[in-house]
Amino acid sequence: MSLVTHLPILQVVVPLMSAPLAVLLRHGGLAFAIVTAAAWAAFACAIALWLQVSDGSVISYAIGNWPPPWGIEYRVDRLTSFVLLLVSGMASIVLPYSRGSIAKEIAPELHYLYYAMFGLCLTGLLGIVMTGDAFNLFVFLEISSLSTYVLIALGRDRRALAASFQYLIMGSIGATFIVIGIGFLYLMTGTLNLADMAVRIGAIENSRPVLAALAFLTVGICLKVALFPLHQWLPNAYTYAPSAVTAFLAATATKVLVYALIRFYFSVFGESMVFERLPLPQIMLWLSLFAMFGANFVAIFQDNLKRLFAYSSVGQIGYITLGLSFDSVHGLTASIVHLFNHGIAKGAIFLLIGGIVVAGYKSGGVSSAPTFDRLAGLSRRMPLTCFGIVIGGLSLIGVPGTAGFVSKWYLILAAMEKGQWWLVAAILLSSLLAVVYVWRFVEAAYFREPSAGQEAREEAPPGLLIPAWVLVVAVVWFGLDTSLTVGTALDAAQQLMSNSR
Amino acid sequence: MLEHFSYIITVFLMMAGLFIVIARGNLIKKMIGLSVFQTSVYLLYIAPGKLLGGTAPILAKQFTTYSNPLPHVLILTAIVVGVATLALGLALAVRIREAYGTIEEDEILTLNHTVEAAEAQHAEARGGS
Repeated sequence: MSLVTHLPILQVVVPLMSAPLAVLLRHGGLAFAIVTAAAWAAFACAIALWLQVSDGSVISYAIGNWPPPWGIEYRVDRLTSFVLLLVSGMASIVLPYSRGSIAKEIAPELHYLYYAMFGLCLTGLLGIVMTGDAFNLFVFLEISSLSTYVLIALGRDRRALAASFQYLIMGSIGATFIVIGIGFLYLMTGTLNLADMAVRIGAIENSRPVLAALAFLTVGICLKVALFPLHQWLPNAYTYAPSAVTAFLAATATKVLVYALIRFYFSVFGESMVFERLPLPQIMLWLSLFAMFGANFVAIFQDNLKRLFAYSSVGQIGYITLGLSFDSVHGLTASIVHLFNHGIAKGAIFLLIGGIVVAGYKSGGVSSAPTFDRLAGLSRRMPLTCFGIVIGGLSLIGVPGTAGFVSKWYLILAAMEKGQWWLVAAILLSSLLAVVYVWRFVEAAYFREPSAGQEAREEAPPGLLIPAWVLVVAVVWFGLDTSLTVGTALDAAQQLMSNSR
Repeated sequence: MLEHFSYIITVFLMMAGLFIVIARGNLIKKMIGLSVFQTSVYLLYIAPGKLLGGTAPILAKQFTTYSNPLPHVLILTAIVVGVATLALGLALAVRIREAYGTIEEDEILTLNHTVEAAEAQHAEARGGS
């Protein structure tokens, strides 16, 4: 009966408990303290779990001592622990940041609800990653989704409400598709445990309900992942949500659903069924290419900086699914590394943009949208913020020395391995589109003259700058030292491929 | 035909719900459609769990055929999720009505476009000065 054996459940339950406590206390400051403490505890759990499975072992935790496949099982392997690190790490950075940012963006009497919703969202995301039970996955998905809709609706602009409603409709359709898929699998196999399901599915993998389940799950999860052309909800949601929420969602929510997709493909259906006998790799390849070129191209013409980087997120998801479609260890490694690297780079960018938004409120702006005309000469007012966004942007392009380079390198490696030279060219060409939209920011912030009365240096408060810069430093760190990211991802990819039929 | 009766109903409800969500612009009607869509899934789970002549799982000598109780438990959870989604959707519709004065999707979009056009003009004016 030591604490260590119960780490898998503590990982999820500690943030879950913090949310109702935050509501009961009805006080912004106390709620902040409790949810932040819970997020840090979750981060500590994630690190401990990551160390425990670093030798390639798999932890299986039977909830309530009901042995799997009857009870709900929590399962931790290399991939799980890696995504847990990303999610809980981002939460423990974004939460201290939100203290400063929501003071300007959300009415004070709603602060405790913000923290409660944040705690629930974190719980849901961690639960999706942790659980080894299909229906439990759906429940956690809905916990995280419902709290996300509320968090987006907290934005000051009334368009946040419309964006949240649109996301609610699309998200619920996606979640219902997922639950239909799980239902078919349950009807055919008689089990909800993912590992048990994988064993039983072998005998019936050509039956129509199983194929229908695969189709429903793919479409449902891709809706939540915002894979092109199912990304319609994402730009509005990211643009009008409070800054801290945008940063957290961009860094974690879509990434966790990519994890769910990988989990279903490799650990339940098996890669031979998904990738060899169905035209799924081709479909995913083309959708990824459309995302990489289409969304990155649209991003160039956006006038609002938040919307620009939201479209860029859709494009970057294309790289992640492209790696998936290769169906090789290197491709999978590229996907896993990129979901981590893109998470921290995009998180850093959105946190820094939040600083610009907050500064806009301080100088008494009517609307605080970070549009390009407001950015003119910004580097003189907020040098650190601008420099951070440029580093994050370089990572989106994939410049050597930043994290983005590492994942694109593995993506190109996987393409060359398959002999697909035109894909190498496509990856490089689409990166050029990223150069254009990052350059638009550089041009406005560094080379345009600031408008009158805006020359004074007015950096974002340290409470916002420090968390953002922790991520910016991480972007450079993981660009230079890849032992954590690539090491873990390579192990995880090998583990997935070897266990998959 | 008759043995697939429950599936036919399920698929009909599913399609009807999804159609309402897509085809109707009124936010309340959209939520109704979404609820019908989600409810169809309850039937998908529950119907196969029932065995004709089966009883509830009572451990006694005279009962040998049981219906599967697990789908009921799962769907109980799904109903809670569905109710929460509906409540949140309706709450958002109320807030949208307060902020926009309408719950028709096309009118909301028009209002948004007006604001965006005004913002763009504002930006040009500032850039020009």
